Amino acid sequence: MDMFFSVLDATLRVSTPLVLAALAGLFSERSGIVDLALEGKMLAAAFASACVAYLAHSPWAGLGAGIAAGVLVALLHGGVSISYNGNQLISAVAINMMVSGVTPVLALAWFQQGGRTPTLDDSERFTALPMPFADAIEQSSALKLIFGHNILVYIAVAVIFVVSWVMYKSRFGLRLRAVGENPHAADAAGISVKSVRYIAQAISGALCGVAGTYLALAQTGAFIQDMTAGKGYLALAALIFGKWRPWAAVSGCLLFAFTDAIQIRLQGVELPLIGSIPDAFIQAIPYVLTVVLLAGLMGRAVAPKAIGIPFVKSR
Amino acid sequence: MQIAKKRGFAIAAAMLVAASSSFAFTPAVVYDQAGKFDKSFNEAAYTGAERFKKATGVAYREAQIANEAQKEQVLRNLARKNIDLVVAVGFSFTQAVQTVAAEYPNVKFAIVDDVAKGANVQSVLFKEQEGSYLVGMAAALASKSHKVGFIGGMDVPLIRAFGCGYTQGARAADSKVEVVSNMTGTTPQAFNDPARGGELARSQFDRGVDVVFHAAGGTGMGVLQAAKDKSKLGIGVDSNQNHLFPGFVLTSMLKRVDNAVYDLFMAGKNGTWKPGIVTMGLKEGGVDWALDANNRKLISKDMEAKINQAKKDIISGKVKVVDYRAANSCPVK
Repeated sequence: MDMFFSVLDATLRVSTPLVLAALAGLFSERSGIVDLALEGKMLAAAFASACVAYLAHSPWAGLGAGIAAGVLVALLHGGVSISYNGNQLISAVAINMMVSGVTPVLALAWFQQGGRTPTLDDSERFTALPMPFADAIEQSSALKLIFGHNILVYIAVAVIFVVSWVMYKSRFGLRLRAVGENPHAADAAGISVKSVRYIAQAISGALCGVAGTYLALAQTGAFIQDMTAGKGYLALAALIFGKWRPWAAVSGCLLFAFTDAIQIRLQGVELPLIGSIPDAFIQAIPYVLTVVLLAGLMGRAVAPKAIGIPFVKSR
Repeated sequence: MQIAKKRGFAIAAAMLVAASSSFAFTPAVVYDQAGKFDKSFNEAAYTGAERFKKATGVAYREAQIANEAQKEQVLRNLARKNIDLVVAVGFSFTQAVQTVAAEYPNVKFAIVDDVAKGANVQSVLFKEQEGSYLVGMAAALASKSHKVGFIGGMDVPLIRAFGCGYTQGARAADSKVEVVSNMTGTTPQAFNDPARGGELARSQFDRGVDVVFHAAGGTGMGVLQAAKDKSKLGIGVDSNQNHLFPGFVLTSMLKRVDNAVYDLFMAGKNGTWKPGIVTMGLKEGGVDWALDANNRKLISKDMEAKINQAKKDIISGKVKVVDYRAANSCPVK
């Protein structure tokens, strides 16, 4: 039973940055901009948040810097994709490479620790919140699952609700989806395609900023070269898995995190009947599952119609 | 006019003398882009070179690359400038050393921590299993739950050798100890994923582990952080990581890159340098465990005595630590 809660606990922790990044991708892609740059935005945010949290001795200052860095990189991607009608895939890949290269160089120049930022104190990080009724909660694994996390996890949960409301119930959400499906029609209806897409990019950057900050200030306590380690791409896969819908994308993230948590705990464990399974097979579980689900159960994933196509106003 | 010519000749002659006097012996060390003061491999190499300079009075040259592409260029530059022995630190230099060594057959090259081919190249390797054995003992002696953990980076024989030595040491100290082992992944990315490292450590803590050893580079930072967050003990690797979280890092498995560089320079100076592969274990001062002010309180006198006894036994050959890489298998589980 304890193991069960341990797995769920890990699922929450691991899925938090994925959820935030997937929702970031949702805004961008639903507005018609392919967002392979999730990785770069998160990495830039992780770096900025670790630097600022260290210098300002405050995780909140770090969070602010992380969001600012995410937005900045997102607007760069937006500038190339929206204002200059550039190739969105190439812009994103270039951004990922640039951030991956620039961050360790800056860290090296500023902190002289081999491309890392200095290790942060607990007061400079987002640590687990103090629990109400701590005694009662210590007794129950289920309650610990709900309460024993850092503030960013709860922010992520709140973000899911806000995003799904904005996407489907707000006027902005409607415009965003219209712009992503048929920008010319939206344009004819008097919506500024450019500004909607820029706002979507900024939101995407801000959410990636929170995700990157989570990696650097909550899950670990420093920035390390390439520390996003492919999480941006995983989040994008979850978004496609969820057919560009918020709740489905979130379940995709939870599924990845859940299988990963199980995978970690199965390594080297002797199972009844089967015995010990080679690690390589176990490590492949999340990916095999992804392929099976994507190919078999999910049916056709239909992308927003105008995705990847620069909008040129018809005259 | 005549005088000026003569003077010019004199200067040229003086320069020639200066050049031939620098012929004596000039070694050089090359750091990778992590920089000279990276609190890790490069800094250790620098310490070794400084020790050589103090002991012999012989000056050395140093160079640092700013990016991957500069590796060959920097090595070539040194080889061209009458440097006798060029020491490159870290496995990332392997290709560059192989290429440049072939271009300058009269210059001696050395690489630390990997094997590079060439008739004028010496490769220095470490017996990681021996150092891991010692920290494995420390882990088992410090564990209250009789469960210790190992977290490796990329799943390759080298990292398995760490885990295998660690398990052997833990078993030697406590025959009932259970060793829980995880690998981070199968790609080089596995060395740069601290979030995952922390997650692996937490999963091991949930299984009852209370001391965890990482051989996972940057991923290990997350392991040590998680150990601190959960008030457990972590064990560092490669360089002395005791200072990262004082009180929560039990000890560190050291690769003595400083000794490697010092020995290389000395061998070059004394003319005993030979191409080929040199493997440095406890006996040669290539690996060790770390005991300093930061972990003094965590290591009892009894533990210290037991670990140092094992160290002596390994050096004398009484205890043999199996290298995973020899047969790609580990005798203990």
